[in-house]
Amino acid sequence: MTEQTLLTAENLHLTFGETKALDGASLHVRAGEVVALMGPSGSGKSTLLHCLAGIMAPESGRVVYDGRDLTAMSDTERSTLRRGEFGFVFQFGQLVPELTCRENVALPLRLSGVGRREAHRTATSWLERLDVADVADKRPGQASGGQGQRVAVARALVTQPRVVFADEPTGALDSLNGELVMKMFIAAARETGAAVVLVTHEPRVAAYSNREAVVRDGRVREQEFAR
Amino acid sequence: MSVSFALLGLLENGPRHGYDLKRSYDDAFGRDRSLHYGQVYSTMARLLKNGLVEVELEPGDGPDRKRYAITDAGITDIEAWIGRPEKPEPYLQSTLYTKVVLALMTGRDASEVLDTQRAEHLRLMREMTHRKAQGDLADELICDHVLFHLEADLRWLELTTDRLDRLAAQIRR
Repeated sequence: MTEQTLLTAENLHLTFGETKALDGASLHVRAGEVVALMGPSGSGKSTLLHCLAGIMAPESGRVVYDGRDLTAMSDTERSTLRRGEFGFVFQFGQLVPELTCRENVALPLRLSGVGRREAHRTATSWLERLDVADVADKRPGQASGGQGQRVAVARALVTQPRVVFADEPTGALDSLNGELVMKMFIAAARETGAAVVLVTHEPRVAAYSNREAVVRDGRVREQEFAR
Repeated sequence: MSVSFALLGLLENGPRHGYDLKRSYDDAFGRDRSLHYGQVYSTMARLLKNGLVEVELEPGDGPDRKRYAITDAGITDIEAWIGRPEKPEPYLQSTLYTKVVLALMTGRDASEVLDTQRAEHLRLMREMTHRKAQGDLADELICDHVLFHLEADLRWLELTTDRLDRLAAQIRR
């Protein structure tokens, strides 16, 4: 265990009505590692991801990122952190349909104050890296599902985040396209040194991780991966 | 069994010497285990006896004067084998089922039995995924075959985990 812990969830609890979504969930994510969160539907794995990413706040427990307590931050502080340090890939619906793929990838940079020309240049190089440069000037609706997800991966990585949160990133794709997305996504994340928290119910997707954590009834059973 | 079909199949494109057969087999199929010469010659002897190959003797002496050629019966055989689906093999289910039931009967944590197995399956899946990324298309196809089977087993493990309460209730009855 040489890498340092970057992100920690400590004893998280969160209830939706009668349902205990998180019931004492804890997780450690080290810098640069890929952790797969697995578990049956309704086990709390997506809720845990949302809490880790500061999208949702737990009722009790702490989320600590790089020594900073996310649960104690203001909404503005959390948004700034998310924009600068985190990247997101979801199953679908994450690209702005009115913008071209290049503009979509450039968007996080533009929001962080990068000029248009430079943002577009960086976006283009990321589209090339994920082998979707040919859809750069198309709108997401004109790209295939697999291309769209690769554009989404480019957008998640364009700001060089330290953590990428991915919730069923290949959920809407067939095996071959899903595999291509995972291969390129994980290779790019490893190159940039980003840690990845990956929610998936597909074992073949989870197999791209360094280790898995099984979420069951709102708690986590971590499996260490000893190579 | 598949070795003899593989060797037979290698003869379909033309007669070959024993050493040549071994080399072709190793190149095409012998990733994890190469063939022994002895295995080639004993397999050829059996195929010869069954009339699936014939021998052409070349003039001179030395050990490799024999060239093997496939017969019409051999071609019929290989064709039937390639076209016939393989019988699905039983995997670990019966062993694991026994373990899980025993765990439930003796008050042990049956979900841990399954989780341990699950982690082992995923470990091998990682290894295959890693190997796939390093290799050529042949490696990729071979690893994918293993991956899909492991995935099926893993899904069964997950499903069994979800059904443990029912299984426990049934055992207690």
